[in-house]
Amino acid sequence: MHKADNSTPTLVVRDLQVLRGKKAILNGVNLNANIGEVCAVMGISGAGKTTVLRAIAALQSFNAGSISIDGVSLRPGSIPPESQLKELRRRVGVVFQSNALFEHLSVLDNVTLAPIHSLKWTRDRANETAHKLLVSLGVDHRALAYPRELSGGEAQRVAIARALAPDPLMLLMDEPTSALDPARRAALGELLRSLAVQGRGLLLVTHDADFAQDWCDRVVVLADGLVVEDGPAKQILAHPTHTATRALLSQAG
Amino acid sequence: MSFNTPTSIGATSRRGIPLLAAALAFALVVGVVFNACSAPTNSTASKTGGSDSNAAKTTSTPAVTSLFRWGGDAEGGAPFVEADPSDPSKARGFDVELAELMARGLNREPKFIQVTWASIEQSVERGDFEIGMSGVEDRPALRERHSVTIPYFEFYEVLAVRAADSARFHTLKDLKGHKVATLGATGAYDLLKKAEIAYGVIPVSYDDDVHPYSDLVSGRVDAVLLDNVIAERSRKREGGFVIQPTPIDTGHYVGVISKANSVMRDSANVILRENMRNGTLEKIFRSWNVWDDNQAAYEQHVLAAAGLTRVAIDTSKKVTDPTVNAVASGAPRATSSIATYIPALLRAAVITLLVSCLAMTLAVSFGAIVAAGRVYGPYWVRVLLLAYVEVVRGTPVLLQLFVLYYGLSSVIRLPALVAAILGLGLNYAAYESEIYRAALENISRSQLEAARTLGLSEMQILRLVRGPQAFRLALAPMTNDFVALLKDSSLVSVITVVELTKETAIYATNIGSWVIPGMLCASVYLLMSLPLSNVARRLERRWSSVGA
Repeated sequence: MHKADNSTPTLVVRDLQVLRGKKAILNGVNLNANIGEVCAVMGISGAGKTTVLRAIAALQSFNAGSISIDGVSLRPGSIPPESQLKELRRRVGVVFQSNALFEHLSVLDNVTLAPIHSLKWTRDRANETAHKLLVSLGVDHRALAYPRELSGGEAQRVAIARALAPDPLMLLMDEPTSALDPARRAALGELLRSLAVQGRGLLLVTHDADFAQDWCDRVVVLADGLVVEDGPAKQILAHPTHTATRALLSQAG
Repeated sequence: MSFNTPTSIGATSRRGIPLLAAALAFALVVGVVFNACSAPTNSTASKTGGSDSNAAKTTSTPAVTSLFRWGGDAEGGAPFVEADPSDPSKARGFDVELAELMARGLNREPKFIQVTWASIEQSVERGDFEIGMSGVEDRPALRERHSVTIPYFEFYEVLAVRAADSARFHTLKDLKGHKVATLGATGAYDLLKKAEIAYGVIPVSYDDDVHPYSDLVSGRVDAVLLDNVIAERSRKREGGFVIQPTPIDTGHYVGVISKANSVMRDSANVILRENMRNGTLEKIFRSWNVWDDNQAAYEQHVLAAAGLTRVAIDTSKKVTDPTVNAVASGAPRATSSIATYIPALLRAAVITLLVSCLAMTLAVSFGAIVAAGRVYGPYWVRVLLLAYVEVVRGTPVLLQLFVLYYGLSSVIRLPALVAAILGLGLNYAAYESEIYRAALENISRSQLEAARTLGLSEMQILRLVRGPQAFRLALAPMTNDFVALLKDSSLVSVITVVELTKETAIYATNIGSWVIPGMLCASVYLLMSLPLSNVARRLERRWSSVGA
């Protein structure tokens, strides 16, 4: 898949500021993410973690700072038209908290939509890739089902397959564990690790400290629009130094 | 004297039901092969006109001569213009025979154009036909705007009252504080408006000349003021009231011709005078049972003014003349079986279906464009489209059809069918666009964002994700609109298109009852709308089981 380049991080977010009216949602966020790494952005509700993810996915404009992914940069100001975001879109896949599968399309059509219409692959090639992905995610038998017929875990795996179909470098996931029971969470954790091993960077937004401790390499803790802790997951979650991290852990416990 | 009684109508109805079923099935199979022209045509031979000139026409001019297009409203019925009970695709009546006289005089082939009575003036000015004759009244306002022929018939405005009131209501003055009904936009209505001020009568305007009399009988109004010809017809058909012998006023029927067409007016006048002189007009009026001594005196007066002398005709044959039209005298219509109307109704149903389907196609495609413009367009496009939607929704579709067909006729002369489809289509597009806009805005943000993160362009998102999902939401209100459009298509009869409702009205006038025509008409509408609703329901069910 992709080769890790150790000299510069794949994703670099610098001094990211997002204002809503006069209130700062993000007030100078700095973070990096690398290929081969599963990184969790954590914080209590309202800390601004989803805003970071949306800004990286060019779904949210920002007022100051910069975002760079594998040589593609986003600048402050309104979101550019989609025609100027093609390069970014090829590098970043997103799995939404609600999965947001296209309700009128079958599982297979959900997964092949981007390869066929955005990447202009032939249908055969797109189908072949989609089937491989669905097999690897264990949902190949649901290829002809429609989203409303899927269980929560199946829907998430299809959403991951859809996001992976264009073969992005980075996969962003918003609260991936929120709808999963414990057994499914472990399966998801294993999946994320295998994706990282394959050479992708994973950036999760979560408030699930247990999941982060068990499955993530690194944790970035946000509080009041700022990064307050950044380091190896096990270390930070075992020995929190900031009150926000402690609040997060007590909430989870 | 006998006439259509409820019993005879009931008998027709019982016989009609298997026929109805057969006819409806027939409609499904071969309905589409009928083409767009469904208006009654002139019967090829006049019943009363000189037989020698008929012979001359068939022998000396075998080649097809040019057409003499004339307009009238078969819904007006006998003795003016009605659909021939034995062949509803043909028109008959004294106005029809006058038109045939004129055509013969001009050495042309008569061609009848069906037009709603209230639209005759606009249609003749627009050039849909050269002369309109359908009991058109001579009025100063008419002469101001158009050319008119010499008045060819003198009628009286007569008062009809219930028998119990015959002693107390003789004049309009006697009707102070009482409701007096008439047909709107007529001389009688003008008289009532004056009497409203002078005597305090309450005028009630109707769109047809049947219901004033039925409402008189049922007690909703206390008198009806209308032409003696119409009053006599209603009295013979339905009865239940008396006609006061003293006329309220005198009026005349004329042919109405475009203001600019003085040549046609002069030719028509020569033909009318000649046929007054040689007694042909008298024969025609006698055959429709509307001739009396006053009419003779009136013709003498007209001829004397032109320096002509009337030829005496032998009227002793009158009673035995087999060509006398039984209809006007109210004889039973055993021949007017329901089956004879089926082809005409089916043709009209095809027109309704054609107009509705094409108008809906236009409404859906243009509505989708308007909706997309209102959701995606820049500010000025959104404002422009909003204005379109508000103006079209906020004004009556009838008015829009009029403007499109008559109002714009000096700029662009649209064929009636095209104007009908365009008018209904553009009107419904405004409604469709609002449905689609609401549906588009109902698609959740996460669906659109998911599509964007996959690298689809805005256009692709609309085409592949937002549009298809919005269409599912819009399906039920769209079906609703299509069914409404199917019925609103009856409005296009104001611009000379004969569709199902108009054909039904013509049929109902003919037999003097709405019971069977109404049932037939409703069945055909249902037959068209039910399969549509069914398809929509099935689609919805399928989508709700897998998507949304």
